[in-house]
Amino acid sequence: MEIKVTNENRCAEIRLIGELDHHGAKGLMAKIEREIEGLLPLQLVLDFSGVTFMDSSGIAVVLRTKQRMKELGGTVKLRKITAQPKRVFEAAGISRIVEME
Amino acid sequence: MRAENYVTLEFLSRSSNEGFARMAAAAFAAQLDPTLDELGDIKTAVSEAVTNAIVHAYPDRIGKIVMKMKILSDNVLELTIRDWGCGIENVQQARQPLFTTGGEERSGMGFTIMESFTDRLTVKSAPMKGTSVTMRKRISQRITSRR
Ligand SMILES: Nc1ncnc2c1ncn2[C@@H]1O[C@H](COP(=O)(O)OP(=O)(O)OP(=O)(O)O)[C@@H](O)[C@H]1O
Ligand SMILES: [Mg+2]
Repeated sequence: MEIKVTNENRCAEIRLIGELDHHGAKGLMAKIEREIEGLLPLQLVLDFSGVTFMDSSGIAVVLRTKQRMKELGGTVKLRKITAQPKRVFEAAGISRIVEME
Repeated sequence: MRAENYVTLEFLSRSSNEGFARMAAAAFAAQLDPTLDELGDIKTAVSEAVTNAIVHAYPDRIGKIVMKMKILSDNVLELTIRDWGCGIENVQQARQPLFTTGGEERSGMGFTIMESFTDRLTVKSAPMKGTSVTMRKRISQRITSRR
């Protein structure tokens, strides 16, 4: 999976591009963690507009990202979630624990 | 129930086959004229079952996976994903939300997702013998559809 990162005033945005399954998520968490540790954002936004498919592999990535941000005193928010990933988040009850807009 | 149509696929437990398996299931299901949401649910459920076979059944080797796709009467799609891997000790426990043996990379939500995206989920497993996951989903008949 490819990511695109923008950062302004310690508010970072990571755009995820591709299929967020077990195959596609390989190496993704390491990439996200590297960005978090490098930028130390207070707020991190994960932009899902480029995610063409997501399964439970994506849930693990989101929960780990939330955990990392919490450890560093920051927050995480998901943005522009398309229909299929949204149904997965809802089935897993993630909409209740992670902010989504 | 006798199948009105079926396709059987056999493939190796390589992660690159996850995408292939769900596209194949979606292509097979297309003859039932599913909605976009139904198609997304089918792809997601297949992805969960196939990923489990790749990640859990064969943790340190490449093994065989067979996916049977069937159309039963009354617009019902039946998908069976079978492996000959390590098997599940306690199926009831494995099906609980959040239960995982997969560590940080997994969330323990796979079976929960399969359950909520299909009408019926059956899991048969024996340690050292393998696992077979069967899902049934009835595809809504749209009045405007032509078949
Ligand atoms: N085909 C299989 N072979 C062996 N064990 C399996 C198989 N499928 C599932 N399991 C066991 O059942 C557990 C629960 O599976 P489930 O798909 O619900 O969660 P997960 O795979 O651990 O996490 P997630 O699916 O959220 O990434 C797994 O952690 C694993 O121990
Ligand atoms: Mg799983």
